[in-house]
Amino acid sequence: MLLTLLAVVTVAIVRQRSLFSVVVLTVIYSFLMASVLIVLDAVDVAMTEAAVGAGISTVILLATLHLIRTTEMRPVRRHLLPLFVAIVTGAILVWGTLVLPPFGTADAVIHRHVVPRYIADTIRETNVPNVVTSVLADYRGYDTLGEATVIFTAGIGVMLLLRGGRRRGDAERENTST
Amino acid sequence: MSLDLILRVGTKLILPFILLFALYVQFHGDFGPGGGFQAGVITAGMVILLAITFGLEAAQRIAPQALVERMIPLGVLIYAGTGVAGLIMGKNYLDYSVFSHDPAHGHELGIFLVEVGVLITVAGTMTALFYAFVERGR
Repeated sequence: MLLTLLAVVTVAIVRQRSLFSVVVLTVIYSFLMASVLIVLDAVDVAMTEAAVGAGISTVILLATLHLIRTTEMRPVRRHLLPLFVAIVTGAILVWGTLVLPPFGTADAVIHRHVVPRYIADTIRETNVPNVVTSVLADYRGYDTLGEATVIFTAGIGVMLLLRGGRRRGDAERENTST
Repeated sequence: MSLDLILRVGTKLILPFILLFALYVQFHGDFGPGGGFQAGVITAGMVILLAITFGLEAAQRIAPQALVERMIPLGVLIYAGTGVAGLIMGKNYLDYSVFSHDPAHGHELGIFLVEVGVLITVAGTMTALFYAFVERGR
């Protein structure tokens, strides 16, 4: 049911020319995705999807639309090659899922490596009952430090882009006025 | 102008609860879903809601641009500093067991510090991005 709705929204996004409608549809997509993740018992990820996908990125997209034109341009030539590449990539990905173990199998390879140790020892070693938190911030602390650095870098980069352009524009305006 | 009265009053009512929920997500992340990243995004969402309803100036009164921009590196520094503290106290980088006599308590404290760092960086980055876009659009 949820996946059907996701597919419907995706088709609507692809067919839509007004970028404002696309942004609204992506909000619906994000909330559907969050519901899917809740069904899959991934509450932490669902919360992130709802807050970032439906919240912050919508605001950022709308702010971007405020800066640019809000209607998608007609393509200048037919896009058969991109369509071909997309279909082939999708087919390869679907083909790859065929050899995965069935969903939810406890003895899948990924559940036999370090996962049992994390689940068994997290209370004794870290006093933190939520295994997601203890894996994120403790067992995998280096990765999370990397993520924080990525957010830091991305934020600084976007701010430099937006600010830097404006400063150059101001200088040009001053040059033309004098 | 009077049409957005409900919006303004509703926003005023809901703002403290958004912040409270963000803090709940932050400090309850050890026991339930959530953590620094989610709490940071919710905090930034509160500032953005304030800016959308009451204007950028109102938002920058409670979250000044200079503060928000300093929060971005500060959070990463708290995270990395937690690791360096482990180094100084004679263990590996990001080994939290040094922070307390009981290693488990040390880990709990370390996770707490690291999550605070993530919260500060994420909230700062998201708010600063929003400010940058809004100022660019003027």
